[in-house]
Order: sequence, then structure tokens, then C-alpha cells
Amino acid sequence: MPVFNQSRSNIIRLIFGGMFLVIFAQLFNLQIISDKYKKMAQENALFPKRVYPSRGIIYDRHEKAILNNTIMYDLMVTPSQVKNIDTNFFCQLMEIDTAEFRSRIIDAKYKNGPFRPTIFEDLLQPELYAKLEENIWRFPGFNLQERPVRIYPFNAAAHIMGYVGEVDSTIMRRFNYGYQLGDYVGRSGLEQSYEKQLMGQRGIEFWIKDNKNRLVGHYADRTLDTPAIAGRNLRTYLDIGLQQLAEKLLANKVGAIVAIEPKTGGILAMASGPDYDPNSLTGPDKQTNYGKLALNVSGPLLNRAIKGQYQPGSTYKPIGALIALDEGLITANSGYDCHGVYLACNHPVKCEHNDAGHAANLRLAIAHSCNSFFCNVFRLAVDNPQYHNQRTGLMKWKEYINAFGLGHRIGIDLPSEDGGNVPDTASYDREYRRSWNSCTMVTLGIGQDKILNTPLQMANSMCLIANKGYFYTPHFVEKIDGQSEDDTVLNKYKVKHEVLTHIPDNLYEVVATGMQDVVESGTARAAKVPGINICAKTGTAETYRMISGRRVKLKNNSIFVCFAPRENPKIAIAIVVENAGFGATWAAPMGSFLVEKYLTDSIRSDRMKDVERIAATNLLPNWIIVEQYYQDSLRAAAWAKQTGDSTRWTKYKDPAFRINMRDTLHLNKKILPPILSNSPADKPKEIDIETDSTNN
Amino acid sequence: MTQRNTTITKGIDKSLIWLWLILSAIGIMSIFAATYRDGDNVLQSFISLKTEYSRQTAYFIIGSILGIFILLTDSKFFTATANLSYAFGIFLLLLVFPFHSRVKGTESIIRFGTAFQLQPADLCKVFVNLALAKYLSRVETDFGRPRSQLIAATIALSPAILSILQHELGLALVYFSFFLVMFREGLSPFILIIGFSFSVLVVATLLVEPNTLALVLTAIAGVAIYILRKQIRRHRNILFLIIGIWVVCVGVQRFVVPFAFDHALEPYQVKRIYDAIGKDYVPKNAEAALEIEQKAGGKKKGGDYNVKQSKIAIGSGGIIGKGLLKGTQTRYDFVPEQRTDFIFCTIGEGFGFTGSVVFLSIYLLLLMRIVTVAERQRSVFSRCYAYGVASVVFFHISINVCMTVGLAPVIGIPLPFVSYGGTSFITFTIMLFILIRLDADRQMVLR
Repeated sequence: MPVFNQSRSNIIRLIFGGMFLVIFAQLFNLQIISDKYKKMAQENALFPKRVYPSRGIIYDRHEKAILNNTIMYDLMVTPSQVKNIDTNFFCQLMEIDTAEFRSRIIDAKYKNGPFRPTIFEDLLQPELYAKLEENIWRFPGFNLQERPVRIYPFNAAAHIMGYVGEVDSTIMRRFNYGYQLGDYVGRSGLEQSYEKQLMGQRGIEFWIKDNKNRLVGHYADRTLDTPAIAGRNLRTYLDIGLQQLAEKLLANKVGAIVAIEPKTGGILAMASGPDYDPNSLTGPDKQTNYGKLALNVSGPLLNRAIKGQYQPGSTYKPIGALIALDEGLITANSGYDCHGVYLACNHPVKCEHNDAGHAANLRLAIAHSCNSFFCNVFRLAVDNPQYHNQRTGLMKWKEYINAFGLGHRIGIDLPSEDGGNVPDTASYDREYRRSWNSCTMVTLGIGQDKILNTPLQMANSMCLIANKGYFYTPHFVEKIDGQSEDDTVLNKYKVKHEVLTHIPDNLYEVVATGMQDVVESGTARAAKVPGINICAKTGTAETYRMISGRRVKLKNNSIFVCFAPRENPKIAIAIVVENAGFGATWAAPMGSFLVEKYLTDSIRSDRMKDVERIAATNLLPNWIIVEQYYQDSLRAAAWAKQTGDSTRWTKYKDPAFRINMRDTLHLNKKILPPILSNSPADKPKEIDIETDSTNN
Repeated sequence: MTQRNTTITKGIDKSLIWLWLILSAIGIMSIFAATYRDGDNVLQSFISLKTEYSRQTAYFIIGSILGIFILLTDSKFFTATANLSYAFGIFLLLLVFPFHSRVKGTESIIRFGTAFQLQPADLCKVFVNLALAKYLSRVETDFGRPRSQLIAATIALSPAILSILQHELGLALVYFSFFLVMFREGLSPFILIIGFSFSVLVVATLLVEPNTLALVLTAIAGVAIYILRKQIRRHRNILFLIIGIWVVCVGVQRFVVPFAFDHALEPYQVKRIYDAIGKDYVPKNAEAALEIEQKAGGKKKGGDYNVKQSKIAIGSGGIIGKGLLKGTQTRYDFVPEQRTDFIFCTIGEGFGFTGSVVFLSIYLLLLMRIVTVAERQRSVFSRCYAYGVASVVFFHISINVCMTVGLAPVIGIPLPFVSYGGTSFITFTIMLFILIRLDADRQMVLR
């Protein structure tokens, strides 16, 4: 027995112990010192799944939901589970071919891997959903997943509500609300303005995923999850019945209607024509529909109530009168001896009336809308002797106009409002090299020249007159559900702007009397509603447009402003119908319908046929058809040039089509719309439009 | 009957039995933790034999029955049949060549039907251990002579060579652990030191740029000559020895290792070695690259994927771990082969540093106990056999755990008593119970 080797047992023990010490050291390093592996383990196995809350609902003043949520379905596919399915039958259901089917499956695999469900087709049409739900058991690997979608139950108020779309990098940079690519965000209208309130608070669920990226269960028994908090509902001042009537009246017309409650600044209705079906931008075809709307030259996506800029025409006159009254330049009894034309300046300004005494005092002048009277009033204001200087006079006048809420953005709770324009001395200095006098811009006195207002501003100035000097910033949202003390969003709309309360009430009364006469005996007798004292003013503004490089005079814009009832104003309205004709013909009756609808909650049956008549009238100006034809053909030509596919382009070369177009455009029989030559950039100069022709 | 009972239990080392029971239980529990799916009916699955943990329980029962049989056997039986069993083991290994079936890249498995399979290279450890103990305990063996040492090495390494021929490198390496037994019986420690130095040199060759390493080796030789200059003046041979060692080292570094990697080893093995030391391996030619890809089993994951995932799983355990069935990495299949070779991840993730240390301490306790048991043997055969068991178990544990924590290349060898697998569990059980039987008779058998 080699006993002498017994000491080696201790060496062997040492070797064993040493090895275990090395392992312990490495374990200590891995498990205690380094936290790299803990992070990597989380990356490996944790999937933070975002839970989207439902967006807030928007209600009108009668608690009717104008913008709501509904459920649509996405067809999801898990490529690894797709086995032994009847591809032909499936493709027949989906109305795709097998090549498309295969490419979509490959796309899905590429996007999320074969083990994760990926969208095969999003937002299924209801009938397709019904068909698929019946047969989904035949297709292992496919399933239907709910997805909340916005819905507009009244199909109305498209411009006000706006729509949601996928977030882009600009929005992600600008707002730190934690967006991720693919998230939906309000892209216009109230959806955009109140995004923060409507979006709610996203939740996070921690899921465990396995090595094949499948979600297998909740992590840590959901203790770390944060729940999603639903978006807050908006309560608006809107009256959806009034809104629908306004939209109906503007059908097939270019223009805008704004109705405000003067006491609160709450907007009762705001329509812009032409408009679009808001539901077309939520469903499965939203991309296509958006494309069509964006290419439409009549601009259905444009909210003309806040972005349309119009010369106010005669509707400016009450304001001009108030300025002159306040400056003490005229009194209620001041008159002007008008014989149908204002001749005090070098260029004559025509007046619609020539009978003597139609402008014998301010009340008559407003009722008859005498141009000479108000040209004179404007010149009095600019040449005001107390300022000794026309420049100061003009700037003082501008100060008044700005106080009426014109010439700058009002601050409505919709994005991208326009401010309109009120000219100042600088702009005339530029144009006339500082040699100008009150005659140069005398037509400002009748709401022409360089003054531009948005319909919203016109309605707001009516609120000012109705309120006798103060206004609240026009806005839609009255309150937000779950509002707390430190919610400051709506505070600015609670501020009373007493900008013109220094004008004595009796001066407002003088103007209001004149405006009431407009309806009783003046230009807007068509707008009379028995039992309601409406104060109103019509306007007919000349319009020009650059068409094919030429300045073309178009038909006049028909404008109407009013507030009612006179004693306790509850509604102030501004209406612009582009290229329609006299203010009294189109805009005035529209205003009276809206007043009647809002104040009596219905329209008398004998007047309903007038509503229908106006709604059915197509007043779309010809230039839209021309412009659309021109741009479509340009696109077709560009397409043909780019792709060599001339199928779209041939349509425009076909003589029959061109004759048809000529008839549509009421062109001279000898002139055909041009064939765009090889260079599509050439402008079709031959086009001539008879601007005065009516197409109805 | 009572007479009989006393003979079985008499002299039996109860602590070894307890350690065996504890380790088997931890094994079944870990396999359960690694493979249990939510919603499985636990009781039903344990009976059904369809899940891995139920099969491991069955292996445990089979192992227990075999253990009882071994305890009932006369200990003289093992000494008497040692050489015969060795021959049987070699026969089994040779049988593999015509009858093997290819499983996961190895050609070392014989299948009987679909359910049962046998890996002779694994089982053969028992026979080699017995035969080696028998040879070393012979009266006529003088282990001081190189010839005896060579014969002992041949006994230990013949199955290793057969194993390598069956593309089972991991199990082949296990047979090198028998050198520890020989060391205990008088083998010169230089052989172990040289062996260890050689492996350090090989690893250094891979890690360090060749010319730098040559310079370092030269510098070491220079320093050695400088320190030993007085002795060298007296004995010239020392100088020649140092120069000889230097030549061999540089030769190994320059020619032997590159040659071995290019020609002797399979490309996938080379890749695994590179992966373990954290270097990228660029296959020499397209064929080699293809072979590596095939060995990876069509998975797109990189070669170090296993080790990386295993380190993540263990590292994420922290101090006290996530708890049984709470580990996200081990439960959701991030670690491949985790019920067999990477079972330690389940413990590392579930019970953290504390649990791992406790678990490994049980192993250490087992090893120390075996060494204690070995040293109290009167018979050389029993002592050699006990050291053989300790060495093999130690080699398995250290390589397996080092592999999971990223200290050793991925060599597929299981963790004794814990990893899933019938052959492995039963082999280790047989080895341990033979030791217990021999130990029970330590007073009777003198040689």
C-alpha cells in the first residue's frame, strides 16, 4: 500500500475546491456585479405592449355625440400557423389573387417574424367582415382583431371635427406626448386642437415573450402594468341640427357659414362648402378618399370659415358707421345727397339707388346700403380734422377695425386659422409711393379695396355689435369632462374682451335700428322672419381671380351678416357664398333659415321648399371645372410621360370628350378646350370663360 | 428477513445516499421548472411518461432499483468481473460503429426501438473505472515504472479514442480525468503540470498573436536562464532543458496547434473553442463553413448563442433569483438544450447566486465525502475506484458549469444526477452505488 502518497488526497481536495472557487467567482461576477445580463434578459423576454385608450367623444349642446368611437376589424395573420388552408377560397373571399396572397404572407413574415400576428388587411369592409367571420375557422393562422375607429354619426361637421391620421416625425418632435410611429393623432379640426385631452393616457402591459417572439403571458402578474385611461369627452356649443342645415344650404356651393352665440362666444354652427363626408376618412378606403379630396381643386378639405378671406363688401358698413359715430364725425341724422354715384373723388363709385333721399339719414343709408354715404363716412374718418393728418386718420381707423376683431387671428380653437387683412399706411406707401389721400382707398368704406375678412371674423364683429362692445373669443368647446382646477386650456375663452364698450349704447342702437330696417324694408327683405327682429346687412362684393394667367372678373360674392333677436341677441351669423350674385339673393335667405331654425327650433313648412330650392341649387363657379380639367389633364400628361402609359391621357385628346367639356364650360362653340401639346407645362391660353353666365 | 436487511444496510455510508437523493430531487425539480408549461396537470404529467420530468422520475426509480440490486451484490463480484466488464464496454463501443444512429451530430448512440437509446461511451466510464482500479490494485503492478503508467493510461484512454472516432469529443475528454486517480497512486505531478501547461499554451496560442507569443516565450526562457545562471554553470544540462522546453513550446504554438485545428479537429469543434474564448472563427474554406452551419442545426443564431443566452439566464438571477417557475429566460426556451447540458441555468436564474452556491456546495460536499470515503479504504481497488468516481464527477461538474457560465467551450457533457437523460443518470447512479457497496465491505476486503 503506497501510504506515502496519502498527502496527495489533500492536493486533490485543493484542486476540487479551487475549481469550485473559480466557478463561484464567475457566478459572483455574472449574478451580482454585472447588471448587463439582467438588462439583456429583459430585452430578451419582456415585451412592453402599449394599450391604447379610446379617444374622447365630442358632444353637441344637446348631448348628442357628433364624433364617436366604433369597432372595426383587422384581419391578422400568424404565418407559421397558416397550414392546409383553401387558398383559392380564401383569395376569392378577399378578392385577391394567389400571388398577392403569397406576397402578403411574405411581407408579414418579414415584418414581425413568422410567429407573431401581423395585419393582413386592415379595417375590413362590414360585408367582408361578415363573410370572413363565418369562415374564419377554415383558415388556421388567421384571426380577426378589433380596432377602435372614429365615427361621425351625423355625417356632419367634417371641418370642425377634423380627422385622425398616423403621426409623423414633425408632430413627434414638437409634442412630447410619447408618440410612436404608427400611432394615430388628430391631424385637423378639434381632433388636433384638443389632441392632448382626447388622446387619453396610454397604458403599458408587460408581456413575456418566448424565444420565438410569441407572447406567452403577463409579466409579474400585471403588477407593473399601467392601465390605459380613456380620453376626455368634449362638450361643445354646436347645435348639430343647425350645423346640418348650414351644410345642407351650402351644398354645391363655395362658401362658408359661421353662427356664434354672442353671449358666450360659443360657435353654434360652422360650415364650409364644398365639404366632404367625414366618415370617408376613417374607414378602409381613407387613403384613396384623402387622395381624391386633396386633388379636388374646389378644396373640400379647406375650412373656408376660418381660412377663406373675403372682402366684406357692404356688410362692413355698420362698422364704418359706428366708427364715424364714435369719433363724432356724423350723427344719426347725418345724410348724404346721393344720386346714384359718388363723384367726390376722381373715380366714380356707383350706388345701387338713385332716388333722392334714400340716404337722408344714417338709418336709411344702412337700410338702402348707400355706397356714396359710406364712402363719404370713410373719408370723413380718414380726413378727421382732429388728427390733422390723413396718415394718423387711417391708422386710427385701422385701430378701430382691429378692435372689431378684424385683421388678425381671433384665436379660435381650431388649427391654422387665417387672420385676414386690414391695410395700413405702409401698404399704401409701398403702392403709391407715399402720395395718397383718402380718395385713393375710398372703396374701403364699402368693404372693398384691400380689406379681407374671414367669415369667422365677420360673425365675431356681429357679436360685438350685438353685445354693444364686448365679445368672447369664438370657440367650440364649452367644457371638458373631468376638468380640474389647473386645466387652463379653456381659460382664454372665458375672458370677456370689452374692447369697444366705450362706444355709448345709444350709438349701437342707432346702427341696430338701421340694420333691422335692412330686413324690414331694406335690401334683405327676403330674410324676414315674422316674430323675430333680425338685425342684418347684406353684401355683394366684386371678385377677381387669376385664371390661366389672366385676372378675370367673376360673379360677385353673396354675403350676409346678422344677429337676432335684436332685444336679446342669441345668434350672430356670417354667410359668404362665392360667385353667387347679390347678397340678398342667396346669403340673406340662408341666414334667415338659420335664425328661424335656431330660435324656433323649426322652419315653417311654407319656407321649407325655399330651403330645398337653395340646397338643390348648384352655384359652383365655372373656374373650378376649368381648373379641374386643366390640372387633371396635366397630371395625365405627366403620367403618360413618366410611364409611357397613355390610357388616361387619351381621354383628353378625344374630340368627343372635348366637345362635351366645351358644353359643360359654356364656351364659345368655335373654341375647343386645348389639346395640351408635347410640353404639358404650356398654359392653355385659348380658354375663355364667360364669367357672367349662370349655369342654372 | 431481518437478517437480510441488516446485511444490506450494514456499513453503508448514509451521507452519500442522502446527497444522491438530494441531487436527484433537484434534478427532477429543475427539469420540471425548465419544461413545465402553464396549465399542465402536474400529477397527470408525472404519471404519463410523456414529459421530460416524468421520464426523469422513471429513470430515478430504475436507478434506485439498480442501486438496491448493486447493494445486494457481493462486493467481490466487482473485482472479479472488472476486466470482463471492461472487455464488454469496449465491445459495446465497437458495436456502435455498425449500429449507430445519427442524433444531433454525434454517432455514438445505439437505438432500440424509438423510446430507448444507449450511449456506450457514457456507460463505459464505469467499466474503465473498474478495470483501472483492478489494474492498479494488482500485487504485481509497480506503478512507479513507466511501463505500468503507460498500460494504465492505455486502459483509461482507449475508450476515449473510440469516442473521438464516434464524434463525441466531450465524453472522450472525460476519460482524461482518470489521470487524477493515477496521480493519487503515484503518477508524477509533472505530468499533470505539463498537461495543464500545455492546455494553457494552446489557449494562449489562440488568444495571442503568434509572433508576440513567441517573443513572450523567448523572454520567459531568457529570464529562466538568467535566474538559474549559477546552476547552469555547474550543470550544463539545465540550459539544454530550458532551450528544449522553449523549442517545444514555440513548436507547439507555431505548428502543432494550427495543424491540429486545420486537420485533426472538426471545424465546428474549432468554432466552439473559439466561441468559448470569445474570438471570431473564420472557416478556412467553404466546406468547413457549410459543416459549421449544418452542426448549428439550421438555426440562424450565432455559435455563441447558447453561451450568451445561458449567461443571460444565470446573470439575470441576481442574488436570490426569480423563484421556481418564474425565470423568464429558462421557461421560454431562450436557452437551448436547457434540460440536458444547460440545466444549471434553471437553478442560476430561479435561485440566483445564493441558490447556485448552495447547489454547487452540495456537489462539493459529495466530492469531499467521496475523497474521505476513498482514503478510509483498506483495499487499493476500492480506493482507486472511489477516486475514479470523484474524478469523473468532478470533471463533469466543472466542465458543465464552466461551460454554462462561459469559462469553457461548449462541450456537451451532462451535469451528474441533475441533467435530463437516462444513460447519464443511470451510469452515475451505478458508479456511486458500486462505491457505496465497496465501502460497506471496507473491513472485509483487504485487497
